Amino acid sequence: MGTEDKKRKAGSKTKALKATAKTHGTAEVKLPKEIWDLMLYVAGQTPKSLTAFANLKKICEKHLEGKYRLEVIDLLKNPQLARGDQILAIPTLVRKLPEPIKKIIGDLSNMERVLVGLDLRPAD
Amino acid sequence: MTKTKGNTHLSGATLIKSPTGITGLDEVTGGGLPKGRPTLIAGSAGSGKTVFAMEFLVNGVTKFNETGVFVSFEEPVEDLTKNFASLGYNLNRFSDNKKMIIDYIHIERSEIEVTGEYDLEGLFVRLGHMVDSIGAKRIVLDTIESLFGALPNEGILRAEIRRLFRWLKLKGLTAIITGEKGDGMITRHGLEEYVSDCVIFLDHLVFEQVATRRLRIIKYRGSSHGTNEYPFLIDKTGISVLPVTSLELIHKATSERISTGIPRLDTMFEGKGYYRGSSILVSGTAGTGKSSVAAKFAESACQRGERCLYLAFEESESQIIRNMRSIGINLEPWVKKGLLKFHASRPTFCGLEMHLVQIHNLVSSFNPSVVIFDPITTMMSIGSDNTVKSMLTRLLDYLKMKKLVTTLFTNLSHNEDLEKTTMAVSSLMDTWILLRDIEIGGERNRGLYVLKARGIGHSNQIREFLLTKEGIDVRDVYLGQDKVLTGSARLAQEAEEKAEGLIRRQETQWKQRELERKRETIESQIKVLRSQYESEEEELRISIHQAKLIEETISRATREMAKSRKADVIKPAKRK
Repeated sequence: MGTEDKKRKAGSKTKALKATAKTHGTAEVKLPKEIWDLMLYVAGQTPKSLTAFANLKKICEKHLEGKYRLEVIDLLKNPQLARGDQILAIPTLVRKLPEPIKKIIGDLSNMERVLVGLDLRPAD
Repeated sequence: MTKTKGNTHLSGATLIKSPTGITGLDEVTGGGLPKGRPTLIAGSAGSGKTVFAMEFLVNGVTKFNETGVFVSFEEPVEDLTKNFASLGYNLNRFSDNKKMIIDYIHIERSEIEVTGEYDLEGLFVRLGHMVDSIGAKRIVLDTIESLFGALPNEGILRAEIRRLFRWLKLKGLTAIITGEKGDGMITRHGLEEYVSDCVIFLDHLVFEQVATRRLRIIKYRGSSHGTNEYPFLIDKTGISVLPVTSLELIHKATSERISTGIPRLDTMFEGKGYYRGSSILVSGTAGTGKSSVAAKFAESACQRGERCLYLAFEESESQIIRNMRSIGINLEPWVKKGLLKFHASRPTFCGLEMHLVQIHNLVSSFNPSVVIFDPITTMMSIGSDNTVKSMLTRLLDYLKMKKLVTTLFTNLSHNEDLEKTTMAVSSLMDTWILLRDIEIGGERNRGLYVLKARGIGHSNQIREFLLTKEGIDVRDVYLGQDKVLTGSARLAQEAEEKAEGLIRRQETQWKQRELERKRETIESQIKVLRSQYESEEEELRISIHQAKLIEETISRATREMAKSRKADVIKPAKRK
């Protein structure tokens, strides 16, 4: 893919990291054992990635308030990370914890399916 | 020969090709796969797509100094490594050297939920990362179709795959994409629609329970290519594709001659034997000694220090060695010296084409100057006349074109059609020796004659062919009194003639003696007669003398008396 994108998406990463740091802290204080470990794989700051990130934040804040940890991984910056979680599609949300691992691909615009995919539906 | 698609990294009008290093394939494709473009290899399960692709990469590393990436969508890396270890490829070594990256891309459908639009940028990133990290020139995607099962929303997937192929071209990667054969389509998901440059189809043909792998180039844009179905083989040395039958007859011919191994047979060929690089057919009924002629030829090649490949389709190596020892041909030392190599296999073990490929490989690795094929008849059991003939044509073409190999075929024929070789292969042969049974006097003997020998003034005579403990011998048969006799009949006839001759000689001698005796008898008779005559003559003479004396006495007495009587003188004339 175009290398010129790489410079641009540095902002998204820092933004993501901020979000991580914030949620991370609260989660650990409140419920250390019920942590939801989420990773969002993106490749540059594409519209789809931004949409996905926005949708994900909405869901997390609504359903997982205070017990989630979100990491956004930009594959353009760290391409080697795509291998570990077998990432092909972008954006992909990976639920590392609680097990089993779940993957949700797409821009997360279908809220219902995201909730089903994350096993959050019954909790509603 | 013009490029139909814009290809930024290629300059020049002709298509640059990337050699595969796979035996035969580069000949068929005229140099390899299109460089910097994707090639689709389609085929059913187990047709050898993965091996093909992997060999392309491995050869790239080992032969052409081009690094490669292998992306497997089906098999984990460990399995792949293990599988290819059996083909003699140490894939770990390549990955350790950073010459090759093998990656397993796997998606578990059950883990995945799709919630909107997505793209395959993740895949691109992964591939791009691997390619860049080793500077790969070659890439294999085996089989990207798995994505269709793993990811929903085919529309997006197709668009992304199209983008992927564009991306591959942009990167200048020579790529192999494999695809499973589909119903009525080349691939199940129509990958051929995206790969327009080169499509190769692999197939398994089963004829009478014998499978043959085949390869066909369906299209190769911008390049001429062979259009036939080419058999190929996967064995310990990897893939070999059988090159084309040469369309032209342009073999080099030499006038060098090599001995048949049987002195008297040599004399039937002007005393010099076969032409080097020619093809010889030895046909005959069962047990006429075809293999023995072959073994003798093999032995003589080894004695000259040449290599000989013995392809046996009926007997095992040790069986042949044992049997030949019984007629004084000891092949074992040559095997030990490495000059003679046996390759014994059942014809039904694999398909005709497979045999052909095997022979190809053997010939190219062993580099013999003599190849013996014993017998071709058994090949009939796995192919029709035509296929066997075309196989032999190809084999001969190959052997004559490349190596100037002298080939000897044996062919079992039946009495009725002795001179009509079973497969009508005689036209392919330069020299044809016929061995046949000659049945006389309650026994069968072997007769040998040269039916044809292109370019050699050969003997037109039938010889008797003898297999003895001391070896093979070719003898004149008995010719005479409108008969051709062999074996004991010949011996008997010879003995009879000998006896007759003796009698005749004795008769003559007797007659001579008889004559002598007669002469002697007559001479002695003559002697007797003469002596008789002599004695009679003597007697007569005496009596004549006596008579004269008496007469004289009488006349004197008369005269005395007349004188005394004083008679007239009587003229003596009165006394008559």
